[in-house]
Amino acid sequence: MLSLSTLFKEPRIRGGVHAEAHKASTSSQPIVIDLPLPKKLYIPLQQHVGKAAEPVVRVGDHVLKGQLLAHSQGMISAPVHASSSGVIIDIDDYPAPHPSALPIRTVVLETDGEDKWISAPPVDDPFQLAPEEVSLRVGAAGIVGLGGAAFPSAVKLNLGRENRIHTLLINGGECEPYLTCDDRLMQERAAGIIDGIRLMLHGMETGQAIVGIEDNKPEAYAAMRKAGLPYPFIKVEQVPTRYPMGWDRQLIRYLIGQEVPAGGRSADVGVIMHNVGTAYAVHRAVRFNQPLVSRIVTVSGGAIASPMNIEVPIGTLISELFAFCGVDQTAAKRIIMGGPMMGDALPHSRLPIVKASSGILALTQEEIRNKAQQPCIRCAQCVSACPAGLLPLEMANRIRNNQLDAAVDIGLKDCISCGSCSYVCPSNIPLVQYFKYASGELAARQQAQHKSEHTKRLMDERNARMDRIKKQQQEEEQARLAAKAERERLQNEQGTLA
Amino acid sequence: MYILTAIVSLTTLGLILGFLLGIAARYLKVESNPIVDELEALMPGSQCGQCGYPGCRPAAEALAAGEAPPTLCPPGGSSLAEQLAKLLGVEIDLNDVQDPELLVARVSEDTCIGCTRCFKVCPTDAIVGAPKQIHAVISDACIGCKKCIAVCPTECLQMHPVEATLRNWRWPKPAVAEGVATC
Amino acid sequence: MIVHSKLSSGAHIGANTTVQHIMRQVMLAISPATAFGLFCFGWPALNLFIITLLSAVLFEAFCLRLAGKVARPVIMDGSALLSGWLVAMTLPPWAPWWIGVAGAGIAIILGKQVYGGLGQNLFNPAMLARIALLISFPIEMTTWPNVAPVFSAHAPGLIESWSITFSGLGGMASADAMTGATTLGYIKTEFSQQHWLPDILADHSIFLDFLGWTRGSLGETSSLLLAAGGIWLIRQGVIKWHIPISLLLTVTVLSGIFHLMDGQHYVSPLVHLSSGALMCAAFFIATDYVTSPNTPAGQLVFGAGCGLLIFVIRTWGNYPEGAGFAVLLMNAATPLIDHYMRPRIYGRYRNGKPLAQKVAVQEHKQ
Repeated sequence: MLSLSTLFKEPRIRGGVHAEAHKASTSSQPIVIDLPLPKKLYIPLQQHVGKAAEPVVRVGDHVLKGQLLAHSQGMISAPVHASSSGVIIDIDDYPAPHPSALPIRTVVLETDGEDKWISAPPVDDPFQLAPEEVSLRVGAAGIVGLGGAAFPSAVKLNLGRENRIHTLLINGGECEPYLTCDDRLMQERAAGIIDGIRLMLHGMETGQAIVGIEDNKPEAYAAMRKAGLPYPFIKVEQVPTRYPMGWDRQLIRYLIGQEVPAGGRSADVGVIMHNVGTAYAVHRAVRFNQPLVSRIVTVSGGAIASPMNIEVPIGTLISELFAFCGVDQTAAKRIIMGGPMMGDALPHSRLPIVKASSGILALTQEEIRNKAQQPCIRCAQCVSACPAGLLPLEMANRIRNNQLDAAVDIGLKDCISCGSCSYVCPSNIPLVQYFKYASGELAARQQAQHKSEHTKRLMDERNARMDRIKKQQQEEEQARLAAKAERERLQNEQGTLA
Repeated sequence: MYILTAIVSLTTLGLILGFLLGIAARYLKVESNPIVDELEALMPGSQCGQCGYPGCRPAAEALAAGEAPPTLCPPGGSSLAEQLAKLLGVEIDLNDVQDPELLVARVSEDTCIGCTRCFKVCPTDAIVGAPKQIHAVISDACIGCKKCIAVCPTECLQMHPVEATLRNWRWPKPAVAEGVATC
Repeated sequence: MIVHSKLSSGAHIGANTTVQHIMRQVMLAISPATAFGLFCFGWPALNLFIITLLSAVLFEAFCLRLAGKVARPVIMDGSALLSGWLVAMTLPPWAPWWIGVAGAGIAIILGKQVYGGLGQNLFNPAMLARIALLISFPIEMTTWPNVAPVFSAHAPGLIESWSITFSGLGGMASADAMTGATTLGYIKTEFSQQHWLPDILADHSIFLDFLGWTRGSLGETSSLLLAAGGIWLIRQGVIKWHIPISLLLTVTVLSGIFHLMDGQHYVSPLVHLSSGALMCAAFFIATDYVTSPNTPAGQLVFGAGCGLLIFVIRTWGNYPEGAGFAVLLMNAATPLIDHYMRPRIYGRYRNGKPLAQKVAVQEHKQ
């Protein structure tokens, strides 16, 4: 019965959009594992949030698959491993898989075609390992959040052990249209994912896990449920299909019933969230001692002849994937890394696949948001669509008038750039770009201010030094004068004596 | 009779209001503060002279006197302009403030003779080196004042735009489409 | 190799709605009521309708030309046409041509373009035009012809309609047009002559009022068709239910209370709902995106405010109908409502402070 209280209570899911899924073409086909090994792999040294890794190999070195190429730097970082066996032919700046394609330090590996693994003994019973050892191994394997955030997973596991975490949430939402890599992974490798979840629970010393899967993936749900059956502490649950269900805070609100405080972390409500792909990578790393050297990538979009999910070595150029799947060069109007809602449009395809690349889409003119921009008619569809409860139209309006602080006042910093507002906007206003611009501009201003403070400090130091030097010189001068006077006095005295 | 009432009442009203205004002026007076110091504190303090005044202090004085706009400082850019305007309590239109591309000095290693003149004049110690050694500019500390350019005997110092990197890359402001009102 | 140099941020895909699409759907929703009005009031109404729409588009083009913008794409968004249409709906059906032209001019130039065009105006252009006309030309704006469907015995022919449209009241007199008062106007007049309620409406059919078989503005008479169009718009997701429902509910509840207390001086909710511009205002005027609040809560307040003002003006005001004034007054309050009625941000309390960390607090207690 509809009672009055339900009318006034906020729904479990706020905002969001029902986007056309475009998943059917790839979700029913098995993951392709026989992608021809590329001749060259371009492995960037920073594929994660945090500090770039520092290379430990030199040009000319021969490396085996899984061998460490660069080790992590500092607290938040991740190492990088060779995705195949071969020779290092260059360590230099190459274009990054980023909208700007600006250079990033990259190890170029010429493969020898043998794809030979480095010998590393598998662990017999990983549950005998100390919990700290699990996160150490996860860290050493270079595992980062494979859902797209690329946050080093070991840091999160440590966070889980240090805080009182009651639930490990596993994100099988995959709410982005087109993408099916997690769906296929769950369908085909559910046992491995469940094993990875158990290992993560062990590493975090946490009791239970909940896997949230959107209800548009019944096969994945069934497979995961079956694989999780022997473990009563792993619950597999269906969640409604509504973008952005995979936003960690939306999933936490839906499955746990709590909201993460603004500016806080999910650990504040006793939850840590990982992606299903990450769980699988943990399984491989801890049980088989295999670092993260490949990932499953959905290659899809209207311009792709045969869309599919492929297991791709990290560092493979997108152009190689396009060549393998067949792409209509003239029809492909936009190349996107990630999903179509939050992914980045790339300027060209000679950019490498990195750990965070969940999908590569080649979209046609018909598929992309391509209509002309029109004035805002204040229809407030963006307000209804915003999962964070913001007023995108007001924020964009303030930013357009350069009132960035005023935009912050109404919640700019709570924006997650999910793209729901841009998706629904009938006037086709690039709302998310306004927010990204404003955030960047604010960061730049802060940096400028830091710099000006820094400059001032440098100036003061210099002035102080100059003063000191001057003073010293004066003192020396005075001492010299005094000595001279003394000498003269002595001479005079001697003179008078003589 | 009516006229008299009107005159009396309006006069009384005027007197009362005038009295209140007088009190307000006396007790709610805003103290004129030493704003010049505050303004100077905000400014880069490198005395670079790009504003046309001989240093940051004279520029702050000109600002306080209303002789110069808050947008006078090129190294400070729009962020400084905004802060200065806030302090001065004036409205500025940042639409017109084009942040000039920040240029930093760079040493051309082929022609540097290690004369040390440049790092003696650098106000922020952004140039490092030793006599007879090639000097280098720490671009993070360079404020683009061009003082070193003037003293370099071999013209080996040149101004270059700050290199674009993934770290300092930012999304541009979306272009406003044709026919869309901007108010 | 594919090279795309243009920078574009997410979302890369989009829903298929456009401004044109929304405007088209609203026009579709008001067309049954409009068609019924045109049928009831015949050729002169059609003349007026066409003149108003045409001049709205021409005024828009003129303003855009003046502002140095390219007119064509803006005209194509359909907003000027819709504004003109809404103005025409609120005019007395046999009003002379210049009323239509003046209404469209006020709506487009003073109501919209002086603010900077689509999306910038504070007041609903159609209501602004209607109120300005009502105050400036009270006679033309309150001369209501009887229902005389096209081709019926009393209906003016095509030629006659031109004389009505182009020579104003004189033309109407020469055409022997039968005029009278609207239901609300009639009640107001009777009240002023100390005649009281059930008697006034003794032989009045509320059913015909609902249907639209009554004197009134060109497109506002048929409450039934307007409500049907409005509900369709809600179902299509073009407008939300909040404003219409809270507006209608407020009017119903208020008039119900007063009617129950004193049935002689206060008309029943049914009369309120079936007459005047109420349905049109509730579904098509108050719901105008540009001039109504953004959030559901704000929209509820806005609708309730409109309903309250409509009831107050109808009951105690000088004018028999208050929808136009009510909407304009609430339009002025929209920025204020928007300022105070903001949605709660995820992870924050309504006042914008971050939520307390519940788990951490519990831990300390343990």
